This record gives sequence, structure tokens and C-alpha cells, in this order.
Amino acid sequence: MTDTEKTTAPSRRALIGWGGAGLALGAAAAGGAVAMTRTGDDLAPTAAEAGAAVEFHGAHQAGIATPVQDRLHFAAFDVTTEDRAEFVRMLKDWTAAARRMTAGKAVGEGAYGGLAEAPPDDTGEALGLKPSRLTLTIGFGPSLFEKFDLADRRPEALVDLPQFAGDALDKNRSGGDLCVQACADDPQVAVHAIRNLARIGFGKVVIKWSQLGFGKTSSTTPDEQTPRNLMGFKDGTRNIAGTETDRLKKFVWVDSKDAKDAAWMAGGSYLVARRIRMHIETWDRTSLQEQEDIFGRDKGEGAPVGKAKERDKPFLPAMKPDAHVRLAHPDSNGGATILRRGYSFTDGTDGLGRLDAGLFFLAYMKDVREGFIRIQRHLATDALNEYIQHVGSAVFAVPPGVRDQDDWWGSTLFSKEA
Amino acid sequence: MRAVRLSLLAATAVAALTAVTGCTEKGNSGDSDRVIDVTATDSKCEVSKKEFPAGHVELAIENKGSKVTEVYVLFPDDRIVTERENIGPGTKQKVTAEVKAGDYTIACKPGMKGDGIRQAVKATGGTAAKRDPRLDSAVAAYRQYAQEQADATLPLAKTFAAAVKAGDLEAAKKAYAPSRIGWERTEPVAESFGDIDPKVDVRADGLEAGQKWTGWHRLEKSLWQDKKITAEDKTLADQLITDLTDWQKRVGKADITPTSMANGAKELLDEVATGKVTGEEERYSHTDLVDFKANVEGAEKSYELLKPVAQENDAALVTELDKQFAALNTLLDKYRADKTSYDFTSYDKVGDADRKQLSDGVNALAEPLSKLAAAVVTKSS
Repeated sequence: MTDTEKTTAPSRRALIGWGGAGLALGAAAAGGAVAMTRTGDDLAPTAAEAGAAVEFHGAHQAGIATPVQDRLHFAAFDVTTEDRAEFVRMLKDWTAAARRMTAGKAVGEGAYGGLAEAPPDDTGEALGLKPSRLTLTIGFGPSLFEKFDLADRRPEALVDLPQFAGDALDKNRSGGDLCVQACADDPQVAVHAIRNLARIGFGKVVIKWSQLGFGKTSSTTPDEQTPRNLMGFKDGTRNIAGTETDRLKKFVWVDSKDAKDAAWMAGGSYLVARRIRMHIETWDRTSLQEQEDIFGRDKGEGAPVGKAKERDKPFLPAMKPDAHVRLAHPDSNGGATILRRGYSFTDGTDGLGRLDAGLFFLAYMKDVREGFIRIQRHLATDALNEYIQHVGSAVFAVPPGVRDQDDWWGSTLFSKEA
Repeated sequence: MRAVRLSLLAATAVAALTAVTGCTEKGNSGDSDRVIDVTATDSKCEVSKKEFPAGHVELAIENKGSKVTEVYVLFPDDRIVTERENIGPGTKQKVTAEVKAGDYTIACKPGMKGDGIRQAVKATGGTAAKRDPRLDSAVAAYRQYAQEQADATLPLAKTFAAAVKAGDLEAAKKAYAPSRIGWERTEPVAESFGDIDPKVDVRADGLEAGQKWTGWHRLEKSLWQDKKITAEDKTLADQLITDLTDWQKRVGKADITPTSMANGAKELLDEVATGKVTGEEERYSHTDLVDFKANVEGAEKSYELLKPVAQENDAALVTELDKQFAALNTLLDKYRADKTSYDFTSYDKVGDADRKQLSDGVNALAEPLSKLAAAVVTKSS
């Protein structure tokens, strides 16, 4: 078994960017060094950055405050096994595979060279590709806590989302006992990761739904230009940056003080995922003035109404009462702030000749009630609602990071002593 | 997954492992004897040697042509020993086979069409892999099973054909699904002959240009979609019996190895996953669940015969396979009122959520089943 340890040890430390093992917050600050190589409006990461590996181990899971990559494959799973030990074994197998894949290595013994009579451990389509900053982030849905006698460990902050005005949720794109968010700069790397985890999970878990995303719609690195959504607008200028340790502590990471009822969540966060369909065609027929009024920003620079620059502090009363930025702003929500990592998606057409496209919204927060629910309730009168519809929804408790080689995803929840 | 592989390696004698990877022990005939380099182009199929020792051989294939190709090792009567499809231009693939002494053909098929460019080769000597005698009995028992299935199928197929010829639509519909059970249980054996399957079990979308549509599914369409039996259908019914009789005669001579049994079991589940779960196989009659059950039974038969050896090499795999076979059978039983009959729910009445559950059950079984061949071969030589 020493062989196992040897082969799974990270061998490309020189490439590792953010969030070093065991010193996540410090490393987040150090991560600034990576971002500094970027010039002003350069949206694309440099080749070295895009290819690098993101450290898998740490106090927090990578894929939350670490810099947002350009591609997403998100999958929600249902648990089919009733055997807790078997499920824990799978989480350990998943962790081992995730540890290797995020380091740019193939799963298990690789995609070739093994026994000719057996299928290879790895599916092989990521061979020769760089680690591509792959991050894999696991979350546990409310329904998981009904299984394996976990009901008493379900955190209070992990509430079922209420019905919001205008929701048209498809149950086939909602919920899930657990989820894995795979983000990478290369879509093939992200798809490979989910595919191999699903394969390892056969017989224990099944994919319930999944979503591919491209063109990140928000950034956790503020010196980058704010990305645009499919409506052509910059949104999320004031998103929480990976370097803002104070705001991360205040709004994103669960700490032991918060987690009275769920100590196992300390260092974790809560994730809300929403598939938001955009009525692209009607939006595109909307006048520029109305588009800008709806957002409360201009379309070119992204400056708030009455201001000159994107990052100028918005003066909310200058915006229309139903402008998106005005309603979503922390000042309109008692300070409520969430960390967004959303992606654009398009899944072809909808059978009526319309683009099935929109925003796959992903947001992390310390408490779902104080974060997403509060803001989304306030957005009931959002002028943008005429052009968007929430069609999928899920919420997950995202446990703390995998500390080291011996640790595994979900250990704080599933270990007997915890 | 890693734990399983490590235990396999630990349980494997050096000789066994080298045979699997296409090499022989040092001091014997030398590694390169058992590796045949196959260089495929759009117009050539070159092999590095035309004689090699019997036993495990490895084809190291390189496609230097511009078309996707496939490479076959064939018996003199064109039965397939092993094959590798979809070898892209500029890529290399390896395929291993266990061959007895005798004459063979290696065929490359650029564009994956036609009979291919052929080379005669010969396996020599008596160094065929020495097998665990339990595996030889497993092969013998499986051969007998395949023969029994063919023998039992023919009368049922004749009942079906007679109803078609009598123009009795209802009787023909009733006899249709039962006539296919034995075939579906042993399909990989039948497919190894290469020429029978396209005659008896092809679907409309599987036809090649110029190929006449014959067999069960052509008649299925007449019975359920066209709702009438034509004169041509009656001829086709006779043809089906002729082709199935051919199968019945040849099945006993099929070349069966422990690995082909194990992979055949997996292939049966693949059949379920790609054709039955989607409802494509029996798109007119919707009797997919009958085929589904038969495929699972056939896979289970192979597995049960190989189980004693697999148990020794990989006990955890056997535990998992027992569990998943039971789970899938329990799930299938939900779709029949009487567990001794093959009257399954019509597949068009099975909703999307239930189809997904069946698909999940197939995946849960097929994934570990894909490791059965490795668990057998580690002790096979």
C-alpha cells in the first residue's frame, strides 16, 4: 500500500496556485501573486495559470473562493445504496480519484497499460491535458440527511428553499442527495472528472441531473474584468473576492461558532444552485434604454446609473425602484451578501426554435436563510423577472476541505467520532 | 477500484500476468514472439509475423491510413476470435487473444466496411495456455447451455413461423417474444459467427446499404405496425427457421474461452443498456423486458459458471456481482405478475422514471461485470 501513497502524492507542487494544504487563508492571500501576473482587462488566464493545478487539500474545499475557471460540469446524484459503510467507501474512493484528477493525473492505474482483459481505471480523454485548474467540490443535499440516520445532523442553516415568485421548477433538474461541482479551464477536464466519479459511483449513486456551463459569469478575482452574462451585461462587480478574508469569514465560511447544531460543517459553506432560463429572443428585442434600466448599469462600461466607471459605488436611489442591481445590492438586503460562481449555459433549442440558454447560478453562503432566500425574496419585484425564469433548483451543505492524504470528503459528517 | 486491482496482482503468478500482457516468461520463446505488429493503411494490412506460438498473443495495431479501421482475428470459417473496432487514423491499439494452434486470418477493414484486407497466419506448437481445469469445465458447461438454448428455441420459433404462415396475426404476436428468449440468452455466441445475427436479429436502422431486411424484427413490424401478414412475410418466416437451424447446428462448435464467457456476460448487459432500456430493440411489439430478462439470465449463467474461480481471485467482486444480479432481478420482477412466466409489462407502459431506475440497475451491474474477465484470467494460464 505504500505504493498507493507514493503515486497519489502531488508531484507538481511548483504548479500549484491557490489554497495550499492546511493554510487556506494565508494561501488565498498568496494567491494574489498568481493574479498579479495578469494585466488590467486580460480576461483569459495566462497559459501557465490555465494549465496549473489547484491544491486539493485545505481547510476549505477548493472551487469556492479559489479563482473561477472558465468551464463547469455540475452533477447532482441520488444515493441508491442503503449501506452506510458502502457509501463511505465510495466517498473515500471519490476523494482518492479527485485528489489525482485535480493534480492532472489519471484515476487509479490509469487509462492504459493495465490488464488487457479489464477496462482501464481511467477513461482516458484527459490524458495529455494539463490539470487546467480543475477543482472538485462536493455538497450534501437535504434529502441525504433522511438517509443513513443523519436527520439529527442536518444543519439548521440547510433549509429547503421556499417557492419563490415566478419559479417554474422542473423536478428533473432539481434537488439531489449530493452534488459535485467540477470547474476547469478545459471543458474536457471537467467532463472527464464527473464521468469518472459517476463510474466509480455506479451501484451506489446515480446521476439525477447535470449541467454544463461555459463563460463564467462572475469572478472571485477583482483585478479581472467582470465577466458578462448572456444578456451582455456585467453583473456581480462587487462579488466577494478570494482574497477578501474578512468578507469570506463573514458571509461564506461556516465557523465553529455558527455551527452549534452542526459542528461538522465548520470550514464549510452552503451552496444554492439555480438553473435560470433567459428569454433570450425577447431580451434581444428590448431597447437598450430598457435593458440598462432593468439592470441599473450601462451596457458598455458597466457603470451604475449616474456614475462613470464600473467600480464606482452605486447610488441606489438613482436607479428605478425595480432595477436588478438596486434590489440585489447588499444595502437593500440588510447587508446580505453571497459569493457567486455562476456560468452561462446553452443546451440547444427548446423545440419552439428558441435558444435554451441562461445562467446556471451557483452561490456560496454561510447561511441559506440570510443569504439566497433573503435576496431572492427581495427580487420578487425585479424588472429582470420578465426575461428570466428559474427552472431548476437545489441546495447543498458543502463540508469543509479535505485536510490531507488520510482525510476524505465528508469525514466530519460520517466519521463515528464526529 | 485500486484495492481490487492490487489484490488481483497479488494473487497473480508472474507467468499468468506475462501471458496476459502478451509476453512469455524469460528464457522461453521470448517476449516478441507473442506480439504481432499490425500496420494498417487504407490499402494494406501488414503483419510482422505470420507464425507465432499458440496461447496468448497480442496484436499491436497501428493505423497509418487515413480512414478509421478495425482489425479482426478470424477462424478459417470467419468466426471472430477477437476484434478491435474504431481505430482512428494515426492511433495505436492493442488487442489480446487466446488462440489455439491452427490457421487464422487477420483482417483490417479500412472504413470499417466489407471483408477487409486479409492475411493468413498460423499459430503453432502446443504451448496453448494451460488452464485451471475448473475453467475448462465452465467452458464445457457453457457450451452445453448454449446448445440447449438453441435446441429449445427452434420449436418455439417454429410455432411462431407456423402462425405467420397461417396468417394468424394474434397467434403470431403471442409466439413472437417467447421465440427469442434462447437467442437473447446466448447472443454473444451467435454473434461470434458473424453472419447469422444480421439475418435474424437486425433492426431497420442496422441495415447496411443493399442489405435485405429479414428476421424477427421485420416480422415484428408487420405484426404490430402494419398489422397484416403478407406473402413475403410467410417467406421470411421460412427463412428465419432456416437461419436459426444453421445457428443450432453451429453453436456447439463455437470457440468459447473463459474470457469470452466473461466478456459475453458483459456484452449482454451492454445490449440491455443500449437497446432494451431505450425501447429501441422491440419498438413495435414493446416486448423489450422479455429480451432484457433473457439477457440478464444469460449473463448470470456465464457468471455462475465462472464464479468459483472469480471467488478465489476477487472475492469482493463476487460479493458485489451477487448483490447486483439479485437487485436487478428483483427490479425486473416488478414488471411481471408471475415470476415463472415471461409475461412482462409492455415497455411502452413503463414510464421515464421507471426506465431510469432500470438503467441505473443495469449500470450498477455492468460496471463490476466488466471486471469479471480480469478476475478469471489472472489464474487462467
